[in-house]
Amino acid sequence: METKQYEDLARKVRTDIIRMVHSAGSGHPGGSLSAAEIVTALYFKEMNIDPENPKMENRDKFVLSKGHAAPVQYAVLAERGYFPVEDTLTLRKLGSKFQGHPNMHKVPGIEMSTGSLGQGISVCVGMAIANKMDKNPGRIYTLLGDGELQEGLVWEAAMAAGHYGLDNLVAIIDNNGLQIDGKNDDVMTVRPIDEKFKAFGWNVVEIDGHNFEEIFDAFDQARACKGKPTAILAHTHKGRGVSFMEDNAGWHGKAPSDEQTEQALEELGGEL
Amino acid sequence: MADKIATRAAYGETLVEVGAENPNLVVMDADLSGSTMTKKFGQTYTDRFFNMGIAEQNLYAVAAGIALSGKTVCASTFAMFAAGRAFEIIRNSIGYTGANVKICATHAGITVGEDGASHQTFEDIALMRTIPGMTVVNPCDGVSAKKLLKKVIDFEGPAYVRLGRAAVPVFYGEDAEFTIGKANVLREGGDVAIIATGIMVAEAMEAAETLAADGIEARVIDMHTIKPLDEEIIVKASNEIGKIVTAEEHSVIGGLGGAVAEVLCQKAPCKVAMVGQKDTFGESGKPDQLKEKYGMTAADIVKAVKSL
Repeated sequence: METKQYEDLARKVRTDIIRMVHSAGSGHPGGSLSAAEIVTALYFKEMNIDPENPKMENRDKFVLSKGHAAPVQYAVLAERGYFPVEDTLTLRKLGSKFQGHPNMHKVPGIEMSTGSLGQGISVCVGMAIANKMDKNPGRIYTLLGDGELQEGLVWEAAMAAGHYGLDNLVAIIDNNGLQIDGKNDDVMTVRPIDEKFKAFGWNVVEIDGHNFEEIFDAFDQARACKGKPTAILAHTHKGRGVSFMEDNAGWHGKAPSDEQTEQALEELGGEL
Repeated sequence: MADKIATRAAYGETLVEVGAENPNLVVMDADLSGSTMTKKFGQTYTDRFFNMGIAEQNLYAVAAGIALSGKTVCASTFAMFAAGRAFEIIRNSIGYTGANVKICATHAGITVGEDGASHQTFEDIALMRTIPGMTVVNPCDGVSAKKLLKKVIDFEGPAYVRLGRAAVPVFYGEDAEFTIGKANVLREGGDVAIIATGIMVAEAMEAAETLAADGIEARVIDMHTIKPLDEEIIVKASNEIGKIVTAEEHSVIGGLGGAVAEVLCQKAPCKVAMVGQKDTFGESGKPDQLKEKYGMTAADIVKAVKSL
C-alpha cells in the first residue's frame, strides 16, 4: 500500500472513533485520535496477524496498555476485518462486547484485558519472556500513554524488560503531552522519557507519531535491534484531526454532542 | 505428633517434583526464593525460573503474561506483598482474565513472628476470596500442602495458596485424600463443630482432646479450601449440631469466620464463635508467644466452644 492509502485508513479510523464515542455518549476520544496512525500501522503492515484466525500460532500480539483508548483499537480491528464496523456502535452499552476498556474474552483480536494503567506493558514483558522460552518468533507490541508513565509499575516492567534483554518487545509511547487534569508537565513531569528508557537498557527511537513513514521506519529499527527492547517515543497531538479537540485535555474523556459530531465528521470527511 | 515441616518447605519440594514431569511449569519469585523455597526449582530448572527482583506488582503482571501464553505459573513472595501490595494487579490481570497463575504466598499470619506487624498478614484470605473465579486454598500441614498444591497446579485458572513460615506438625498420613472445595472431617463429635483452616487445624485437634476430657465431643473439620467453600459440610454441621466455632490464623473480619457466617446466616443459622486475629495489628515475638497473646491457640478454641 502507498502512504496515501494508510493515511486514508487512519482518517476512516478517526471517523469510526467519533461515531463510536458519540453513539456511546461517553468514552475517550482524545487519546484514541492521537494513536490512529500508530495502531493502523501495526495492524495493517507491521504485525503478523490473521483476522480470520485471531489465535493463529506464532502471531504477533498487540496490547493496549492505555486501555481507555479502546475506540482506536476497536476501530482498527473492525477496519482490518475482525468484525463489522457497525457492531462497534454498541460501545459501552449493556450487553455489548465492546466494553469501555478492552476485554480479551469478548472481542476477537484483543490479546489482553486492560484499563488499569501500567499493567499492559508489564503483561507484555511476560508474553515476551514466554515467546523467548518457546522460541516463538511472534513479537509483542504495546501502546502506552505518556501520563501512564507516572505509574510505578511501568518502570518495574521497563527494568525487567531491560534485564532480560527482550528484543521481541516494542513499547510505543503516545506522547501527546496531556492527561486528564492537564499537561503532563503541570500534573507530574514525565520528561525526559527517552533518557529514562535508555537508563533502563532500552533502545529508543523518537518519531512523529502521525507520520506513517517514520512509524514504519521505527518498527524496522526495533526489529533490527538485538538484545534490547525498543521504546518508540511517538510525538503526537491529542484529539488529532478534529480542530476543536486537538491539543485540548478537556477532550480526554467526554463524548461530542450531535452538532460537534457533525462538525468532527465533516472535518474528517466522513458521514454520520 | 510426628515430624514438623513448614508448608512453605512442602511447597518447595512439590515444585521440584512437579517440575520433573511437567515441562510447562514456570516458577517466579521476587527476591525471596530462599524464604519462599522456590530456589531449589530455580537451581534445577534454570530456564523455567524467573526472579523479578523486589517488584511484586510486576511479578504478578508478568506472571499473567507468561500464563496467558500457555504456561502454568507459580509466582511467590510473602503473603503481605502478594495479596496486599499486588492486589489490584492480581484482580485485573489475573482474576479478570482468568490467567493460569498460582499465587503461592508464604509467611502468612502471626507465625511470621519476629518480623513484626509489617509482615504479619491477616487480610489475604479476605482480599483473595472477593475476586471472582479465584480459588483460595490454605493447607494445614506438609502432607496436605503437597497434595493440594499438586491439585492446584493441575487445574486451569487462578488460585491463591496460603503457606506458612513456621514448621508445623504433620498429622495427615501419606494416604490422605484431598479434593479442592471439599473439606475433610478429621474427628467426629456431636456437641460442637470446630471448622478450622491452616495451622489452626492442629490447634483444633488439640482443643478437641481437651474438650473430650470434659465430656464435650467436637467434630473437627479441616476447611483447606476457603473458595469454593464447602457449604454442604457447614450446613450439615449446623443442622446436626447447631454450634460452630471457626478457627483461623487470619482476621476474623472477612476470613474463614466471615465466609462460614455468610453461609450460615443465609442457609442454616446457628450459634457461631470465631477464633482468629481480632481487629488489630500484631507485633514482634516468637510465634508461640504471639499465638497466645493474640488468642489463636487450642485454649482459645476451648474457651470459644464453652462460650456457646
